[in-house]
Amino acid sequence: MITSAFEYHRPSNLAGALTVLEEHGDDARVIAGGHSLIPMMKLRMADVPHLVDLQDIADLKGITVEVGTVTIGAMTTQHDLINNKALLAAAPIIHEAALQIADPQVRYMGTIGGNVANGDPGNDMPGLMQCLDATFTLVGPDGTRSVKAREFYEAAYMTEREDGEILTQISFSVTNSGFAYEKQKRKIGDYATAACAVLITKEDGKVTSASVAMTNLSDVPVLSEAAGAALVGTSCDAIAMKAAVAAALQDIDPTEDNRGPVEFKIHVAGIIISRAIARAWSRA
Amino acid sequence: MKDEVTREERVTNLKGLGSSRKRVEDARFTQGKGHYVDDINLPGMLTGDFVRSPYAHARVKSINIDAAMALDGVVAVLTAKDLEPLSLHWMPTLAGDKQMVLADGKVLFQGQEVAFVVAKDRYIAADAVDLVEVEYEELPVIVDPFKSLQSDVVLREDLDPTAPGAHGPRKHHNHIFTWEAGDEEGTNAVIDDADVVATEEMYYHRTHPCPLEPCGSVASMDKVNGKLTLYGTFQAPHVVRTVASLLSGIEEHNIRVVSPDIGGGFGNKVGVYPGYVCSIVASIVTGVPVKWVEDRMENLMSTAFARDYWMKGKISATKEGKITGLHCHVTADHGAFDACADPTKFPAGFMSICTGSYDIPIAYLGVDGVYTNKAPGGVSYRCSFRVTEAVYFIERMIEVLAIELNMDAAELRRINFIKKEQFPYDSALGWEYDSGDYHTAWDKALKAVDYEGLRKEQAERVAAFKRGETRTIMGIGLSFFTEIVGAGPVKNCDILGMGMFDSCEIRIHPTGSAIARLGTISQGQGHATTFAQILASEIGIPADSITIEEGDTDTAPYGLGTYGSRSTPVAGAATAMAGRKIRAKAQMIAAYLLEVHDDDVEFDVDRFVIKGAPERFKTMGEIAYAAYNQAIPGLEPGLEAVSYYDPPNMTYPFGAYVCVMDIDVDTGVPKINRFYALDDCGTRINPMVIEGQIHGGLTEALAVALGQEIAYDDMGNCKTATLMDFFLPTAWEVPNFETDFTVTPSPHHPIGAKGVGESPHVGGVPCFSNAVQDAFRPFGNRHTNMPHDHWRIWKTANDLGMHD
Ligand SMILES: Cc1cc2nc3c(=O)[nH]c(=O)nc-3n(C[C@H](O)[C@H](O)[C@H](O)COP(=O)(O)OP(=O)(O)OC[C@H]3O[C@@H](n4cnc5c(N)ncnc54)[C@H](O)[C@@H]3O)c2cc1C
Repeated sequence: MITSAFEYHRPSNLAGALTVLEEHGDDARVIAGGHSLIPMMKLRMADVPHLVDLQDIADLKGITVEVGTVTIGAMTTQHDLINNKALLAAAPIIHEAALQIADPQVRYMGTIGGNVANGDPGNDMPGLMQCLDATFTLVGPDGTRSVKAREFYEAAYMTEREDGEILTQISFSVTNSGFAYEKQKRKIGDYATAACAVLITKEDGKVTSASVAMTNLSDVPVLSEAAGAALVGTSCDAIAMKAAVAAALQDIDPTEDNRGPVEFKIHVAGIIISRAIARAWSRA
Repeated sequence: MKDEVTREERVTNLKGLGSSRKRVEDARFTQGKGHYVDDINLPGMLTGDFVRSPYAHARVKSINIDAAMALDGVVAVLTAKDLEPLSLHWMPTLAGDKQMVLADGKVLFQGQEVAFVVAKDRYIAADAVDLVEVEYEELPVIVDPFKSLQSDVVLREDLDPTAPGAHGPRKHHNHIFTWEAGDEEGTNAVIDDADVVATEEMYYHRTHPCPLEPCGSVASMDKVNGKLTLYGTFQAPHVVRTVASLLSGIEEHNIRVVSPDIGGGFGNKVGVYPGYVCSIVASIVTGVPVKWVEDRMENLMSTAFARDYWMKGKISATKEGKITGLHCHVTADHGAFDACADPTKFPAGFMSICTGSYDIPIAYLGVDGVYTNKAPGGVSYRCSFRVTEAVYFIERMIEVLAIELNMDAAELRRINFIKKEQFPYDSALGWEYDSGDYHTAWDKALKAVDYEGLRKEQAERVAAFKRGETRTIMGIGLSFFTEIVGAGPVKNCDILGMGMFDSCEIRIHPTGSAIARLGTISQGQGHATTFAQILASEIGIPADSITIEEGDTDTAPYGLGTYGSRSTPVAGAATAMAGRKIRAKAQMIAAYLLEVHDDDVEFDVDRFVIKGAPERFKTMGEIAYAAYNQAIPGLEPGLEAVSYYDPPNMTYPFGAYVCVMDIDVDTGVPKINRFYALDDCGTRINPMVIEGQIHGGLTEALAVALGQEIAYDDMGNCKTATLMDFFLPTAWEVPNFETDFTVTPSPHHPIGAKGVGESPHVGGVPCFSNAVQDAFRPFGNRHTNMPHDHWRIWKTANDLGMHD
């Protein structure tokens, strides 16, 4: 549990960070809150000869809510997400989900950018961002580009982001949908046995749109379009709910670990999804 | 005298027995000012780190250290070959077996120590570990003790398969010992004839004490004056000194062992680990101090585990529920080496306390110890030797018998308790229970929780569940435990030949304050607080004016250390006895000063007074001063005493616990709604410290019952080597605990105290487990194994058809 030696860089602006990344290529990696990366380095599962600390880059921090759009800087901590009033009004699901991540100590350090860029299927923010249909902004040597959260994840720890790119911000539309983030875990500080994010909008007693995304039930976050579709047009009654859960379960592919075997995870996933839908509907 | 304080105020000022005095240790611990092994940094000190085996069973074909040695800053790489000339490549274990210090030809568990790298700092050492090239040839792995006893694979090639082991004949090359207590034939006869017999098999899973501070040591060999100083995480520093002397050949007076602050032990720091030996050898080889401190994964994977008992029980009773006999067989998985920490004559510890709190006329216990490819250990994790296993066994057997009899489990306990008038009580398996009043404690507990009301509520919940109105069921966990602590009488208890007495040495300073040194060592129990209180009441000097010191073998009297709740029963008794010697001399001094006969004065709180004329007195302060500045005929100057206490018997604390739990059958998530714990630890020294101990023990009980385990896959890979998977509960998971007590003093202990640190763990584990199992009882559950994590609880519901 001792890292191997590394060079520590602490640029004060984005250009500086990009330069170090370009110079060292594969040998360099950015560090945000370090609460995923440092454990990997201590276990010597990640070998990072050049560590580029982003914490002095002021532009990467902060939350703005303007003209119907929420923009969150990559270096904004989970603690800040929880305590931002404007964000609570614009997307209360983030508050609910962030409170279920780890413990206060981890949340003081861990950032939203690190959480979504990491690519660990256990991270809660990626599924949430897919549910919100968020857009990630990546800045690299060739300029700036946008990638949809729903298209960002390829496999465990494999994302659309190129090695030389830095994720700078995350944006999505303000939402007043009914929401829920439901998570089952063994204890504080554990990743999900199963977790589900749901947003539902309602008009005249019917679902007009629904978005259902899941965490740690596959090697990538899973947005179940079929589950959403099964709810639209219904009054979220028992039959619709059952159809949505069945559809969602079609889209997941959990693996056995110390939390339990696949059969258990699928069963629990079904329960968690239906609870998330029910709670989101009750708030719609 | 006009400013005289009242007698009551004098008692309060003393902060003696019964005072909820604040812990004196906490000022430094809560401010981060503790001083632990890893805080020790000596000039020129090097750091050691282990190359460990990735395999559970493999032959070591070769070890190439060249690349590691070539790394700048690496001073030495030790392998078994280097230790062999010193005969230190193997070391004796506390259980009479021996254990490899560094892999000698093969490895027997994942994480086993293979080579020891010594470098200028911790980082270089870790880099060098990666550079040591070890060539392994994998061997078949055995992680199941039953398969082990059938297997042709010889795990311990160093042992003669036909020769007896430390505890008698061995039945198979992977068998360690058979240990028996009681009357098997008689027990079988009673069971065969009984009205009702309940049989059950249960696995008490392997877990780990996981103290916050892992194990470590700093060895410093001073070659000029031939002295070895060894700082380490030792629960028994004096025993370590003796062992170090016997192993190294360094005379015992030339070895100083120091246990500084210890960040929790729970049994994990009783054993002797290869790291200690390697740090000593490395210091001898390099001539400078060498530190070794393991990390969390190393602690979980390689240092002493707890439990891992496969228990098979038979209990018989009359139709009315009076228990007539108990039969227990244990297959004990001891891992690769038998490194259990038990008194020498008790290879299965005090497992024979498994008749519990019940008047069982006849019983039998047989234990077979077995080698497997798992880490060695088998320590008493927050319990006296194997008492947690014993109490879990009997408290589950009672529940199973209640099912068999279709009887309420609380009532079944009540009609079988040993009665108050039966104490001292001789158990069928040979223990003499010192004192108890079980019925009073039980009735108080059941009344406190409104037991009948709870059962009604549960019945309503079952009905609601069956009607489809709820998916949450309710469990009422009961447990009544009797511990056996305070090892122990020298006539039958020893560790490596050292009798399990303990000691206290007291010096009163001229100005009336004092220092007392003991053979024990606190790891968080608060000895500096409570032992001062015992002494305050005995010698009339305020606890605040008494320093308690432990852990330095150069200054403290010899003692066997702290584990098995033995400190208060044994060292606490020594403290009281030494205090009484001080008081006896003080009486003579007081009589001299008051110019009366010795018998004419009597002790009163903080002074000696003339009988019948209490206005004429000498305070302990005045007496202390006189001891150093007056020539008193017939008395030596000074005021000091030492006592070595050999306890006449163990002490038997007991308690009654109730847990009320909800279980979500769809997710397997339990929720504890209430936990009530009544403890009787005899005389209560410091109620606040007792409460703290109970909260801690219950927290660890919750952990073990609900998820904490050391699990292996079939290849012998440890699957739970980090705190992500190994469950250490936080404030979030822990419910509110309600504590209560009765007081039944120990008749043979000088102040009637029994020890309490481990009771809540011993009684808590079956209570949490019984709550889970009781919730499923109305749906047909009889027994399911711990740990009751979400998926296992879910599986119970699933197996009972509750998801259909
Ligand atoms: C005990 C514990 C429990 C936890 N429990 C949970 C949990 O329940 N749910 C959960 O979601 N998470 C959990 N986490 C993870 C925690 O939320 C992490 O903080 C988070 O996953 C990563 O954020 P970070 O800022 O620490 O990123 P870092 O660890 O610094 O980085 C993670 C990865 O992302 C890359 N990266 C970071 N920022 C950027 C960027 N701006 N651009 C490009 N790449 C970047 C890094 O190079 C690295 O590869 C837990 C962590 C711990 C230690």
